[in-house]
Amino acid sequence: MDIPKSFLGYKRENGRAGTRNHVIVLPVDDISNACAEAVANNIKGTIALPHSYGRLQFGADLELHFRTMIGTGSNPNVAAVIVIGIEPKWTKKIVDGISKTGKPVEGFHIERTGDIGTVMKASKKAQEFVMWASEKQREECPMSDLWISVKCGESDTTSGLASNPTVGNLMDKLEPLGVHLCFGETSELTGAEKVCATRGATKEASDKFMKTWSSYNDFILKEATDDLSESQPTAGNIAGGLTTIEEKAFGNFQKIGNCKFIDVLEPAEEPKKGKGLYFMDTSSAAAECVTLQAAAGFNIHLFPTGQGNIVGNPIEPVVKLTANPLTVKGMGEHIDCDVSKILSREMNLSEAGDKLIETTLRVANGRLTCAEALGHKEFVMTKLYRSA
Amino acid sequence: MATDIIIHDQKDNVGVVVIEKITPKQECNCWIMENDSSINIQSIDEIPLGHKIAMEDLNEGDTIIKYGHDIGKVVKSIKKGEHVHVHNVKTKKW
Repeated sequence: MDIPKSFLGYKRENGRAGTRNHVIVLPVDDISNACAEAVANNIKGTIALPHSYGRLQFGADLELHFRTMIGTGSNPNVAAVIVIGIEPKWTKKIVDGISKTGKPVEGFHIERTGDIGTVMKASKKAQEFVMWASEKQREECPMSDLWISVKCGESDTTSGLASNPTVGNLMDKLEPLGVHLCFGETSELTGAEKVCATRGATKEASDKFMKTWSSYNDFILKEATDDLSESQPTAGNIAGGLTTIEEKAFGNFQKIGNCKFIDVLEPAEEPKKGKGLYFMDTSSAAAECVTLQAAAGFNIHLFPTGQGNIVGNPIEPVVKLTANPLTVKGMGEHIDCDVSKILSREMNLSEAGDKLIETTLRVANGRLTCAEALGHKEFVMTKLYRSA
Repeated sequence: MATDIIIHDQKDNVGVVVIEKITPKQECNCWIMENDSSINIQSIDEIPLGHKIAMEDLNEGDTIIKYGHDIGKVVKSIKKGEHVHVHNVKTKKW
């Protein structure tokens, strides 16, 4: 198949392009969720992104919080942002971070004003933003404006056999067009970590990967109270035929095809080395991982599943594919791209990769994903340790 | 002939069932992806879609090879054609 050279996206002030045109209401902290949700309820076409954290965090955990908040607001799928926090200082820090993109952003703090006054002020600004954003038009953008993140979930052996290699085939075909690519799931590479390390484009990238993996593995071994049965692999993985973390890891790793990763990113860190594949240090839990990748600036997500993970994200469309015919049959409303014919050998990997490219571009051009149509907006912050 | 079992790599000692299930004493057609060749095996157990079958006799302590790599150890001996899963294989990692 001839791979299209462009898609229709929203061009942003900083030169990036979005596949979506959201106006978001971002709470800085847990106690500002009510205010943010009230604003989103008042002003149609905006979305609130409630979450559980943002108070008394410190050190690397606080830095990750800010990086995730600022990165989410800065994502090119977001046209404009309302930030609401309890205190002025952290609210302003997030507003200042997002404003570097040049997009409209305004912050409100609740202290001394209360919820009702804040909701009124923030709603007026949100109305202005959403009406401004509604006039934005999709324009032709080069494929290199696609930043594609990947993560698999509720995996089974069909993931490693077919749906993950389909993503790998897409990566092999799109990498030469200058797209940014990202995979993560540090803990789920356990057992395949040494093979994964050989896929670093440089010795520096390989060494950084091994250091990152070892540190995550040490943490798991320190906290583990048993053999992690039912956590890794999960009960769903086991029902689907996956027996060990090693088997899951080698299946997981099929997602990167023959690509080599050029750098290892901190959670939610924006890639800075140009086009190509990046590894990000993330949890293997679906919503946490996608939230971090979206905060790093990725604008479309590919999610292969075996038994049927249903995750979505409020700002980054999540395209699901599966090769498990029972999943297609039982929960087809969650599946954007069915590649189950690989198992019956009625479809080869290259045909499946082409089908996924076609689906990805339709979604990039505006087609809703199943997760979007079903209202999945899982926004889950990663917290590194207890608050002070 | 339809494929009942797919094997990733020629070195693998397990295959994955890719039809809804295989039944005991079924003559199964296996496709090896790596070199696009086919072999046959007779099953002992009923094995559902996505679950693994032993392609050879395996003893306690043996290593299970899939994708051409070590994916765990045998903790209870397994006969060629039997179901391979958490009841007879464990991780070497955790």
